Amino acid sequence: MIEVVNVNKSFGENKVLDDISTKFETGKVNMIIGQSGQGKSVLAKCIVGLHEVDHGCVLYDGRNFSELEGYDRREIRKEIGMLFQGSALFDSMTVEKNIMFPLSMLTNMTKKEMQIRADFCLERVNLSGKNKLLPSECSGGMQKRIAIARAISMKPKYLFCDEPNSGLDPKTSIVIDNLIREITHEYGITTVVITHDMNSVIEIGDNIVFIHEGKNWWNGGRKDIITTDNPEINSFVYASQFMKDIKVSMQEKLK
Amino acid sequence: MNVITNIGKYFIMLGIIFSRPEKWRIFRNRLMNEIELIGVKSLPISFIISIFMGGVIALQTAANMDNPLLPAYTVGYITRSSTILEFSPTILSLILAGKIGSNIASEIGTMRVTEQIDALETMGINSLTYLVLPKIVASILFFPIILIFSIGLSLTGGWLSLVMSGLTSTETYVLGLRSFYLDGDIVYALIKEIVFAFVIVTTSSFYGYYTKGGALDVGRSSTQAVVTSSIVILICNFFLTQMILL
Repeated sequence: MIEVVNVNKSFGENKVLDDISTKFETGKVNMIIGQSGQGKSVLAKCIVGLHEVDHGCVLYDGRNFSELEGYDRREIRKEIGMLFQGSALFDSMTVEKNIMFPLSMLTNMTKKEMQIRADFCLERVNLSGKNKLLPSECSGGMQKRIAIARAISMKPKYLFCDEPNSGLDPKTSIVIDNLIREITHEYGITTVVITHDMNSVIEIGDNIVFIHEGKNWWNGGRKDIITTDNPEINSFVYASQFMKDIKVSMQEKLK
Repeated sequence: MNVITNIGKYFIMLGIIFSRPEKWRIFRNRLMNEIELIGVKSLPISFIISIFMGGVIALQTAANMDNPLLPAYTVGYITRSSTILEFSPTILSLILAGKIGSNIASEIGTMRVTEQIDALETMGINSLTYLVLPKIVASILFFPIILIFSIGLSLTGGWLSLVMSGLTSTETYVLGLRSFYLDGDIVYALIKEIVFAFVIVTTSSFYGYYTKGGALDVGRSSTQAVVTSSIVILICNFFLTQMILL
């Protein structure tokens, strides 16, 4: 479990996170949603240590990550896998080398062991046999799956996905969503997904955190988001007439 | 104020680079790659520049030596001294600042804006040590080699231009090259080249690493890296000359 306790973060005069507290549960797909510029990505970066928090702390299974510095964070970081918005694959390395990279840097595995692990991870994301391709030779959806394979290569306890569906067509988005859900449940990972994609939220969101004006505005499950009366959530989730109609039909179904 | 902040950030960056190296095996592989990219691939441009630079120095010196009281071998002597003391280490470094500096800044800058550096950090890897330290070591090891080749080729270029234009004979030129030779001159040139190598790689890495934004900003960082490296090289050149030669 990841606990965020009273986290505050400002950039100069601009307060981005305002006393945010929440919990991300193990074995569940936890989602952070909210409008652009409300602090979702900053919160995620604070949790993984890419930004330092001004006040408050982040606990990984009770271990205070914010208190640690530099190299001492490495043990917890080894347990974190992250899927970046643009995949962040190393373009000079082949698919296989990308997946083997964290293994070669952080473990004492032999080349053969790393090869077996890379093959397993590629198979898990349905990309067997694509070992020798370069990232530039892969489609956007494939790059996301390679990034997931790299993220799970170290058998992480925590998986962060920053807008995993951005730039993907609806069908590929569903493939990525299902993959994230399967991996989370299969390996009992604490997964945190930052997204705008309401389809993903309804599809795989076990626990949803709505960030608004830098605050934890709302928490709940995917059924709760359909029935909630919270005006900020409703204006975000059901911004279009199409979504409003869907809400009405879903509420009728639930009744 | 911005300059002072950047100087502070630069020294903090140096501290992080040398703080905790990654695995030796990984470092060795990266070092070999960087020697090829930074060193070996810079040889052709360095060779071409050196030959023509030596040729022009010799011709200009000969053209200005119209006083009959000056011995004929003076042309060789001046060509050698200017090449070893100034032209090969400094001009070569300024050219390499353009070639290697822009390459390093754009490579690291692109990694920054495409979140590859964030990916390294999230994995628990010291991205600065992983990316920059092999470049520093490769340049410090290989720039002196390029310098030695450059000096040799410059002097050869000087000889070719003088002999082919009939301004002096091979014997006179070689006599000039061997006159009043001091070992300290080569040591001075090597020290300068090592300092310049360090300046080029660390300054360019600094601008690349702290790039913010997108493709346009990567280009801007690349330009800033070349401009700043060149200025710092000239400043270091002044102080090193003051400290070592005087």
